[in-house]
Amino acid sequence: MPKTTLLLGTAIALVAGAATADEVRVYNWSDYIDEALLARFEEETGLELIYDVFDSNEVLETKMLAGGSGYDVVVPSGTFLQRQITAGAFQKLDMSKLPNIENMWDVVSSRTAQYDPGNAYSINYMWGTTGLGVNVGKVTELLGEDAPIDSWSLVFDPANMEKLADCGVMFLDAPSEMIPAALAFAGENPDDHDPEVIAKAGDVYGAVRPYIGKFHSSEYIEALANGEICVAVGWSGDILQARDRAWEADNGVEIAYHAPVEGAQMWFDQMAIPVDAPNPEGAHTFLNFIMDPQNMADASNYVYYANGNIASQDLLVEDVIGDPAIYPDAATLENLFTTRPYDAKVQRVVTRLWTKIKSGT
Amino acid sequence: MKRFALIALPYGWLVALFLVPFLIVLKISLSDTALAIPPYVPTLDLAEGWAGVRAFFAELDFENFAFLTTDDLYWKAYLSSLKIAVASTLMALIVGYPIAYGMSRAADAWRPTLLMLVILPFWTSFLIRVYAWKAILAQEGFLNQLLMGLGVISEPLTILNTNTAVYIGIVYTYLPFMVLPLFAALDRLDESLLEAAEDLGCTRMKAFWLITLPLSKQGIIAGSFLVFIPVMGEFVIPTLLGGSDTLMIGKVLWEEFFSNRDWPVASAVAIILLAILIIPIVLFIKNEEKEWEGET
Repeated sequence: MPKTTLLLGTAIALVAGAATADEVRVYNWSDYIDEALLARFEEETGLELIYDVFDSNEVLETKMLAGGSGYDVVVPSGTFLQRQITAGAFQKLDMSKLPNIENMWDVVSSRTAQYDPGNAYSINYMWGTTGLGVNVGKVTELLGEDAPIDSWSLVFDPANMEKLADCGVMFLDAPSEMIPAALAFAGENPDDHDPEVIAKAGDVYGAVRPYIGKFHSSEYIEALANGEICVAVGWSGDILQARDRAWEADNGVEIAYHAPVEGAQMWFDQMAIPVDAPNPEGAHTFLNFIMDPQNMADASNYVYYANGNIASQDLLVEDVIGDPAIYPDAATLENLFTTRPYDAKVQRVVTRLWTKIKSGT
Repeated sequence: MKRFALIALPYGWLVALFLVPFLIVLKISLSDTALAIPPYVPTLDLAEGWAGVRAFFAELDFENFAFLTTDDLYWKAYLSSLKIAVASTLMALIVGYPIAYGMSRAADAWRPTLLMLVILPFWTSFLIRVYAWKAILAQEGFLNQLLMGLGVISEPLTILNTNTAVYIGIVYTYLPFMVLPLFAALDRLDESLLEAAEDLGCTRMKAFWLITLPLSKQGIIAGSFLVFIPVMGEFVIPTLLGGSDTLMIGKVLWEEFFSNRDWPVASAVAIILLAILIIPIVLFIKNEEKEWEGET
């Protein structure tokens, strides 16, 4: 679930006209790859690559469930993938065409198997956590040296939020991650699907809602980087990108990312092939290309997200493999949780609660 | 025969682009959500013949419409959209009338240029123009910089992500739809009527209220409907310029469709929106007809 530049489907290109056998159409998250890789793929395989981007799982899922998307490779996140597999949206991978699958990392594939049993339909592209991006200077100035910058209490305790409000606090506009986060803070099981437990997340937000500046899933990168806001609840790689932008700008803003100790969500973006893909052959070629250790390392070195490819780890720069915010150490890994997809009824409860949290209605 | 062909063309257009999509949406609104492609049941199975059609109709029901009455979110969103649509139509009228009036009174040589200026924004993508407003209204945006530079304000104003920004965006975007019909109406106005009024001792102000305004009524009505109807279902402007608490039916529709994956309820919301709009649309068409009759 990487950064989203435009709110509306950025480049939902019209997939009109017949696809040909030497074309591969890939639909991935925006700003989620080193574009040099795209040229390398065309060069190596002789296939023409048509690369479109989206910015929310909901947009992708609606396209998948409508059918006839015309794409050969798409990249849903874990819970969304699982639901779309159940709906019959994807085809099983032909492992004989994917020799590079041996490069994959069991630590990740054992976790992605809970969404895609046996990893029969998908390969991992990137994974990350959802946590706290903090402007260290400003937050310690307002809350003192022992400010809880690695705890959900930073953003869910009204006493802290009251002091941070003027400086600016933003949350992701992603209920399937923000509700579990509030439950983790309240000491509940973040993956609880009982509507009565989910309602407790509403109480958590109720106490701090007046202090939350905005719910948005991409604006926080820029806002954190130029010191406009103090705290953002966001995706790990995005916050690290904000940290780097602040470095480059040399504006004195120091950004840190932490996966909160009460528990942070771990998510996986998986590449899969739609059941009606015009060129499944080419799709397999693309997946195999991505699972090449050098290619995968280049992608991670560029976007600051961890990948599920163990062979690529020797090729990662120290900035990426050595950063516990990207590749968490064993202790942090303990604190990460995963979630299961909500069924339609519970999803409605969650969406409704989220609307109420945001709009007060 | 010729007459028939003439009528068939617009009616064919209406059936293909309005009636057929409407029936599809209506059908979905009566079905149930499901985890499948497409994400609702029942789907019509024509291969089964009559049995398939009968089975299909047997499964349809109105529970999605009943569901909309169980949550006040929907009514609040419809009402809020209605309020925003009415208010921005009035604002567009207040801003647009003087513009159209000025254009219609301008020298003949200037009129094509002025008309061009009103249409000019359409040369740029609507989406880009709304994004431009984000840059203007932001906390560090052009507007705040200008006002602070002039010393009018000392603290930047928070306009972006509020309903104020939504009104600004809507009035800006839909202003040409108000100005053009008003201009058409004012342009046709017979100026000798105003001269006659003046000769008979009427002040210019009074002449405006007694003659110009009533004679531009058709333009006011046409412009108001052209603004009101699309604003009611507006989605892009509140999403880009509004805040988390801006409630409009277009956003609710998006959430039903994308977040809840509930196409049947989303379709029911859309059908009700259409039902609400049918009244002003019918009034609009009646008005247009009257105008045509008046001219012939």
